[in-house]
Amino acid sequence: MDGANELLLWAKGDAFEWALGILIMGTVLRLIEIFSLRRKPDFSVAREHSPGSGWKTIISRSYRVNVSSPRAILTYLTGYTFHIGLLIIILFLTPHIEIWKSMTGFSWPGLATSFIDLIVVITMVALLVALVDRLTSAVKKQLTTVGDYFAWLVTFLPLLTGYFSYHHMWLPYTQMLALHILSVELLMVVLPFTKLIHSVTIGISRWYNGDQFARKGVAS
Amino acid sequence: MTASLEKGHQAFRAVMDAPIASFFSSCVHCGICADACLFHTETGDAKYTPIYKLEPLKRVWKQEFTLLGKLASMIGFYKPITDAELEDWSELVYDSCTLCGRCSMVCPVGNDITYMVRKMREGMAASGHAPAGVIGAVKRTINSGSPMEVTLKALLAQIKHQEDDTGLTIPIDQKGSDYMALLSSMEIINYPEYLGSLAKIFNKAGVSWTLSSDAFEATNAGIQIGASDIAREIVMRIVDAAEKLQVKNVISPECGHAFTALRWEGPNLIGRPYSFNVIHILELLDNLRADGKIKTKGGDSEPLTFHDPCQIVRRGGVVQQPRDLLNMVATDFREMTEHGTMNWCCGGGGGVSANERADELKLLAFKKKKAQIEELGVHKMVTACANCRIVMEGSLEHYNMDVEVVGLSEMVAEYLEE
Ligand code: SF4
Ligand code: SF4
Repeated sequence: MDGANELLLWAKGDAFEWALGILIMGTVLRLIEIFSLRRKPDFSVAREHSPGSGWKTIISRSYRVNVSSPRAILTYLTGYTFHIGLLIIILFLTPHIEIWKSMTGFSWPGLATSFIDLIVVITMVALLVALVDRLTSAVKKQLTTVGDYFAWLVTFLPLLTGYFSYHHMWLPYTQMLALHILSVELLMVVLPFTKLIHSVTIGISRWYNGDQFARKGVAS
Repeated sequence: MTASLEKGHQAFRAVMDAPIASFFSSCVHCGICADACLFHTETGDAKYTPIYKLEPLKRVWKQEFTLLGKLASMIGFYKPITDAELEDWSELVYDSCTLCGRCSMVCPVGNDITYMVRKMREGMAASGHAPAGVIGAVKRTINSGSPMEVTLKALLAQIKHQEDDTGLTIPIDQKGSDYMALLSSMEIINYPEYLGSLAKIFNKAGVSWTLSSDAFEATNAGIQIGASDIAREIVMRIVDAAEKLQVKNVISPECGHAFTALRWEGPNLIGRPYSFNVIHILELLDNLRADGKIKTKGGDSEPLTFHDPCQIVRRGGVVQQPRDLLNMVATDFREMTEHGTMNWCCGGGGGVSANERADELKLLAFKKKKAQIEELGVHKMVTACANCRIVMEGSLEHYNMDVEVVGLSEMVAEYLEE
């Protein structure tokens, strides 16, 4: 077996298992970090009827947009685009569904590869625009740390390597595919320890937000 | 209270809870919150981005409450908070935040930034980095019970005036009343008509009520500065008075901050539920309206709008009541584009109006309200918070705007059916 095949096998086998293990353990650790701090009991009397709740805010923050400056609109546009793009790619590319099936036993129909290919391009463009925006917006620059660029990179790499391997560009297919899988594994490994953990904690923070507003009778 | 950096650091650690940890974990540095904050929108200055106001607290969380941060600290990447840094942040945490809650409605990942600013103030106060103006208000409240040093004597004089004006008796220390009404110093000094309005409305509606000579001040400077021990003491005065008079309900006055202090923070400050209910005056008036106990006649036909006090509406849940009441006494009520739970602050809440250092910034922030009023083209604005009212009156004068500000309860009293 040549080196590329070996690398691919390792990426698909041991490396994937390790990455998955770190993803799960790291996430659990982060959740323990959060929940072990607990929340003090609230002795104020919550309103009996409230239009809001923690659960409602988990959903409503996904579609409710309450700011309208051009910069904010750009942030929302790029944000929605790459998040939805990533979801489509992760969930509806046939080879990805195969992986889901091997892990969970469930499978579902995939979307046409040429369509996903287009989504990959759109997602990469959105991420690039988001990057330029981060580099040029005074508000974002002030908040940005190395961690933000790192998180951007580990999100972008799987898209790029996936695109290259599908189009047989730059490196031989086997090598590129191995790199693609490894880049995803890098993403999985660092996810719990970077801002990418928001993919998990967003549910918690939105819930607390919704709950805190709801007890006062406001839907946030 | 002697302040020190160490105490501030301890306070930062003490306020850290699961919500705060989840908020910091979730922040994606998108900067959307900047667009929700009037201090950013009106100045264009990036430093007023809400989440940025929490940087020192965030660093304490990261370094001391996350595994990776702890590891990094162990190998020498620990950056302690310093007095110089906190002094720089004092402007961001106090002058440029009215605790209005707007950013918390907007953050895409759901961060309740306002909650965190309030918590961060605990560490700022404990480390001695609260602004002098707010410290002064706290000291006056501790000594005299009122941030403006309004004495019982002054209140009694205002009661007398209002009794003369209305021909009604304003009850004081009446044990067993259904309601104990509270006031804010600003109402006693600047808008005593509020008290007369209560007397008129309650007399018509047959409400059994009283004031207390032990506790009439509803605001809580301890909360504004972020000193829970002092805040607790101030709330306890009210609790003791209410329990002594054995009232069933305590009425929060037309002061947004007082409502938050009393209704939502108070029980947590004293560590137990109250033995009475807390109701905002607008909630009570609206209940009386709905029960047919107050009827009005005629109304104001001038085009007017309503300024939502943040703590009553967005942070208090009293959203529809002022609208129902206003529609009862005004025939041309026009909503601002962004109103209700997405209103814009007057610029002087959360202790900003007590902080002279923030005077200029407060006026800049008011440009948002100014634009909202100009968009509607009205010359009358109704509100339900003495602090909003005094801040807006000052700002309207500064910008030479011909707009009258009216209190909602007074307006209801004005059109009461004889
Ligand atoms: S809007 Fe929320 S996620 Fe975005 S920077 Fe502000 S706090 Fe962070
Ligand atoms: S609470 Fe209001 S004033 Fe304070 S940071 Fe948020 S939006 Fe700005």
